[in-house]
Amino acid sequence: MTTFGSTAALRATMDAYFRDVGAAAEQHLAPVAWCTSVGPAELLRALGFRVFFPENHAAMMGAARTANRYMPLAHAHGYSQEICSYLTSDIGAYLAGESPMQAYGLSGTPRADVLVFNTNQCRDVRDWFEWYGRRWNVPVVGMRSPRAIETVRDDDVDAIARQIEALVPALEAVAGTRLDAGRLEHAVRASRECSDLWEACLRTAARRPAPLNFFDATIHMGPAVVLRGADEAVTYYRTLLAELEGRAAARSAAVEGEAFRLYWDGMPIWGRLRALSSLFAEFRTAVVASTYCNSWIFSALDPADPVRSMARSSLELFIVRSEEAKEDYIARMLDLYHADGIVFHDCRTCPNNTNTRYGMPRRLGERLGIPTLVLDGDVNDLRCVSDEQMRTNVEGFIEQIADARPAAGSAAS
Amino acid sequence: MIYAGVDSGSWNTKAVVIDGGARVRGTCVVRSGADLAGAAERAYDGALGAAGLGRGEVTAVWATGFGRQSVAFADGSRTELDCHGRGAAHYVPGPLTVVDIGGQDAKVIRIDAAGQRLSHRMNRKCAAGTGSFLDEIALRLGVPIEGLGALASGSAEPLELSSFCTVFAGTELLTLIRGGKRPSDLAMAAYRSLVKRIVAMDVLDGRVVATGGVIAHHPAMVALLGAELRGEIIVPPHPQEMGAFGAALAARDGAAAVGPSAGERAPLAAVEAPRHA
Ligand SMILES: Nc1ncnc2c1ncn2[C@@H]1O[C@H](COP(=O)(O)OP(=O)(O)OP(=O)(O)O)[C@@H](O)[C@H]1O
Ligand code: SF4
Ligand SMILES: [Mg+2]
Repeated sequence: MTTFGSTAALRATMDAYFRDVGAAAEQHLAPVAWCTSVGPAELLRALGFRVFFPENHAAMMGAARTANRYMPLAHAHGYSQEICSYLTSDIGAYLAGESPMQAYGLSGTPRADVLVFNTNQCRDVRDWFEWYGRRWNVPVVGMRSPRAIETVRDDDVDAIARQIEALVPALEAVAGTRLDAGRLEHAVRASRECSDLWEACLRTAARRPAPLNFFDATIHMGPAVVLRGADEAVTYYRTLLAELEGRAAARSAAVEGEAFRLYWDGMPIWGRLRALSSLFAEFRTAVVASTYCNSWIFSALDPADPVRSMARSSLELFIVRSEEAKEDYIARMLDLYHADGIVFHDCRTCPNNTNTRYGMPRRLGERLGIPTLVLDGDVNDLRCVSDEQMRTNVEGFIEQIADARPAAGSAAS
Repeated sequence: MIYAGVDSGSWNTKAVVIDGGARVRGTCVVRSGADLAGAAERAYDGALGAAGLGRGEVTAVWATGFGRQSVAFADGSRTELDCHGRGAAHYVPGPLTVVDIGGQDAKVIRIDAAGQRLSHRMNRKCAAGTGSFLDEIALRLGVPIEGLGALASGSAEPLELSSFCTVFAGTELLTLIRGGKRPSDLAMAAYRSLVKRIVAMDVLDGRVVATGGVIAHHPAMVALLGAELRGEIIVPPHPQEMGAFGAALAARDGAAAVGPSAGERAPLAAVEAPRHA
C-alpha cells in the first residue's frame, strides 16, 4: 500500500475521534448516538451527539483479522452465518467483552443513548441496532427507505424528509436540547465540504499514473465515514488533497509501473486488504476507483435546504438504486477513471453491496465490451475467502487483459 | 527447439515436452502430495525421459497450476486459466468453451474466434463440482476412484442425488444404499450431480472442449455432459496434461517474444514481475 505523508494526520484525526466518542460514552460528557453509514449524521451532530459508526467498528475487526474470533458467539445467539458479517463480528465482540476501541484506552464498545438507522442500505443495520436497543433498553429510531430507485423523485425525497423531521422530537428528548437551525446548517455545510474534498481526492486517481488506489482509499476514507459533518474531516481532506495533487503533478504512482487499471465494485475484503493490494501491484495493476469509496460522496447536500438535501443524498446513493441506474453509474466511472475492466466482489454475507447475483457482470461486460471478473469473498468472514483461488482469479484476469492489448509487452520498454 | 510445461495441480503434477511445432514429445503425471517442488522435479524428469531428452536441451520451461510458484526451475508462469485455454485452442478453433475439472477446481474458460480469452469462472471455495466430489463418493461406495467408472457402467436405474454438497451427498448415499439402491446407479448419480454443477457455472456455448483428470479418467462424464448440453463434447488429446501442454506453448511463445525469432508468433504480454531474476 502507498505511504502518504498525510497518514500521520489521518492517525491523529481518527485517534482523537475515537477518544472523544469513548470519553463521551464512559464519562457521560455528551450524549452518544450510533448511526449507520448513511444515517442522518448531520442531524445528530447538530443536536450535540457524539456519533459512533458500528460499520466502521466492525471493519476495524475485519482489518485486524479478529472478526472470525467473534462471529461464532453471535451465531450461537441465533444470528446466522449467512447474514451480514459486520453485524455478527460486532455483536460477537460485544458478547466477548472486546472491542478495537480498547486500543484507544476505552473499556469496550461505546454505549449508545440512541441508535439511528437508515434502511436504504439493508435491513441488517436495523436488526443490528435493535439487538443493542433491547440490551441497553435505549431507543432505536430510523429512516425506512424505498429501494431499487430508477431516478430520485420529489415525492420520495418529501417522504424521507418527513421521516427525518419525525425523528427530531425523539432525538431532542435523548439529547436534552432543542434542534438549532444554525447548527444543522453548519453540519450540512461541513458534510458537503467533506464530500467535495473526498471526491476531489478520489478523482486524482483518474490521472495516469494514479497517485492512490482503492486499497489506500479504504484507509483514508476513515474521516469521511466517522466525522462527516464535523470540521475535523474537512481539515484532514484539505491536507490529503494537497498531497495527492502534488503526487499527481509529480507523476508519483500508487502502483509502480502502472500498466493496467481496474474498477472495484462491492465491499472491501478487509482481512485481505494488504494481500490484495500487493497482488495487484505485482501485476502492475492499479485499482483506480470503486463503488465503495465513492459511496461517501453526497453531492446533493445543501446547507440552504438541510433536511431535504439530506433526504435526497440518502436516495441518490448507489446502493439504493435500480440495476439500470447502477449500471449507468459504473459505466460513467469506467469512463472517468479510464479503467480496463471491472472486478466484482461477490460478498457472501452482504447481498446489498453485491452486484453479481442478477446478471450485472455479464450485462455490463457485453454493453461496454470490457472484461469483468467475479471474486468470491466476504467483507469480514475469512471462511469465505480462498487465497489460492483469489490469486489465480486475479492473475488470470490480468493475463486476459494484457493479452488482449496489442503488443503490451514490447510497448512497455 | 524444445519447450516444456509443468502443471502443478492440487492433485497431480503433469509435465509435457514439445518441439517448436507443438508436437508432444513426452508427458508424465505424478501425484502432487505435500512436496510440490519435488513432484514438479519428478514430473519434469519423467516427461524428458519419455521424450529421450535432457534438461540441457530445453529452451524454456514454464509452470502453471495452483502450485506454479513452487516450480523453482521454471522460466515463467501463467495461470491454469491461460494454459488450459491456450492448450485447448491449439487443437480446436474458437469460439470455444473449455471446461476443466481437476481435483480441487472446476473452471469454465471462454475463448473467442481469435483464440483470445473472454472470461473465466471458477467454482466457489467448495469441493462440489470438482474431482474431490467423486473421490469422496468412491470412498463412500467402497471402491477406489479408478474403479468408479467401471462400477457406473453397470447402471440401469437413473437416480438423482439431490444435494450438491459433498458431505450431504455422502449422507444421502448411505440412505439410498439402506433403501436398497444399487451402487452402480449411485455411482452414475454422482456423475450426473457433478455435471449439473458444471453446467450451472456459465453458459457453455461455441465448441465445448473438456479437459482435466476427471474428464480423462471418467468417460461417463463426457457422455453425460454432452447429453445435458445436447451437443458434442470435444475431448482433445492428453486432456489431463492440457494445462502442462498449454504451459509448454506459453514457454514457446514467451520465449519467442524475447528470442531471435520474435515476430513469428504473437508475443505474450509481460504482466509478471520476473520471478527468477
Ligand atoms: N487414475 C484415475 N482414475 C480415476 N480418476 C482419476 C484418476 N486420476 C485422476 N482422477 C480424477 O481426476 C482428479 C484430478 O484431476 P487433475 O489431475 O486434473 O487435478 P489437478 O490438476 O491436480 O487439480 P486442480 O486443477 O484442481 O488443481 C481427481 O480428483 C480424480 O477424481
Ligand atoms: S450494507 Fe451489507 S455490510 Fe453493510 S451493514 Fe448492511 S449487510 Fe452489512
Ligand atoms: Mg488442474
